Amino acid sequence: MVRFENVGLRYGLGPEVLRDLSFRIDDNSFQFLTGPSGAGKSSLLRLLFVSLRPTRGLVTLFGHDIATLTKDALATLRRRIGIVFQDFRLLDHLTTYDNVALPLRVLGRREDSYREEVMELLHWVGLGERIWSLPPVLSGGEKQRAAIARAVIARPQLLLADEPTGNVDPALAQRLLRLFVELHRSGTSIVIATHDIALMDQFDARRLVLHQGRLHDYE
Amino acid sequence: MRVGWCCTKAGCTTMNEARAVNTEMSEPVAEPVSRPARRAETPIVPVDSIAGRALVAVIAIMTFLASLAVGAVVLVSAAAGEWQSAVAREVTIQIRPVVGRDAEADVANAVALARAVSGVGEVRAYTKAESAALLEPWLGTGLAFDDLPVPRMILLKLAGHPPADLGGLRKMLLERVPGASLDDHRGWIDRMRGMANSAVALGFAIVALVLTATILSVMFATRAAMATNRPIVEVLHFIGARRGFIATEFQRHFLVLGLKGGAIGGAGALALFALAHLVGAWFRGTPGEDQIGALFGTFSIGLSGYVAVFVQVMFIAAVTALTSRLTVHRTLQGLE
Repeated sequence: MVRFENVGLRYGLGPEVLRDLSFRIDDNSFQFLTGPSGAGKSSLLRLLFVSLRPTRGLVTLFGHDIATLTKDALATLRRRIGIVFQDFRLLDHLTTYDNVALPLRVLGRREDSYREEVMELLHWVGLGERIWSLPPVLSGGEKQRAAIARAVIARPQLLLADEPTGNVDPALAQRLLRLFVELHRSGTSIVIATHDIALMDQFDARRLVLHQGRLHDYE
Repeated sequence: MRVGWCCTKAGCTTMNEARAVNTEMSEPVAEPVSRPARRAETPIVPVDSIAGRALVAVIAIMTFLASLAVGAVVLVSAAAGEWQSAVAREVTIQIRPVVGRDAEADVANAVALARAVSGVGEVRAYTKAESAALLEPWLGTGLAFDDLPVPRMILLKLAGHPPADLGGLRKMLLERVPGASLDDHRGWIDRMRGMANSAVALGFAIVALVLTATILSVMFATRAAMATNRPIVEVLHFIGARRGFIATEFQRHFLVLGLKGGAIGGAGALALFALAHLVGAWFRGTPGEDQIGALFGTFSIGLSGYVAVFVQVMFIAAVTALTSRLTVHRTLQGLE
């Protein structure tokens, strides 16, 4: 699904923040991406959802070398990836329903074709009572679940989550992890970027550890 | 492939369990809000925002000023055309007194020659008293004009169709009425035309400057409004929206803002011209109105003025939409 070979990344003329990364993310796999702050987790996530291109090396997504793809082709690839941002990035003028439905609108689907699907997912993530609420009145946990719902509504093959439990209490963090595990069981590959060791200890999964720009793989 | 979000596998989180989890989370939960089945989708770009309202205000003000400039040019252009045609429709014959000739007979002869020319409409000979009255502003009253060689004037109004043969008339006057000369005001008309053309050219230069200022203001205001929408562009980009989709969403929104602001500004300018026209009609017949009327006509910008304002509104709306599209592309360039 994803293959990195000797990938390096630098911003401008600065030093390399990621060095000689070589790893694979297989179909229906689950992995944590961890490391100290500033180790390059967010940069690696940006490479994974093609918001950045590497300064060297080969990145292959779903069998395509991203260096050879047009911008519209990259946008099409991005539709197969769901992303949960640490700061949620919900649009404040749209209701929870509209925020979650956004990826389907981008796909050109009509509202009456996805209404039931969005409603069902919102109930599934426990936001059945908040469907018509605007993000500013949602709690941190509710925003997090809305962001996750938006990331999975288009049934992506790969789900990336950047510190998804960073703003919630341990009990909610545990339940969000159960949500990710459930999505993994339904066939989605999951990458969770976190430095929460307690969270990682709750689920036996591969750990990709970034340290000083280099990756250590612990299966 | 999964058909719904309720999993049937053992140990998974079902929809009902998720609801239970929600209750356990002890977070504030609002009362269920019942909504009718939705039909219309909420616009992705917020319709009513502070930046959007500010942009509409900027566009309205600049369109108003640009429309005033265009209307003023149309007025000056029309008035200049009227001055020229009014002067060009009149021709004068001047008959200087010649010793030994009967001036009254020469006047009658010249009038007869003029009336015989096709294309000449009204012919009016000034009487001796009227000719003397024309000199009063310079010579004063109480003079015995009988002792002075006062030239006599004949005013010819041209019908327009067919065009009068003024060259032929001039030749006949030279042959049959010694001392007569025909003045078709060509020199005056040429100077008038030059002045009118200069006034219109100056007007167009001012319109060009105002339009340039309008375009720049609208572009900067649009970019400022777009800056507040950057998070929307980013989110759409990250969830896989193509460039064309994002650009079209913003272009449509900003086209509406541009049309709204342009319509307000253009309508304001047209209302001002209509008001000036009404005020002019109200004071019709007064000396002041006569002077203003002679300079600016009736303050009616006519069909060409309305068309110019309409085209300008459309152009400014198009500039707004295009600027938003370019700004989206520039923003996306920075994200890729």
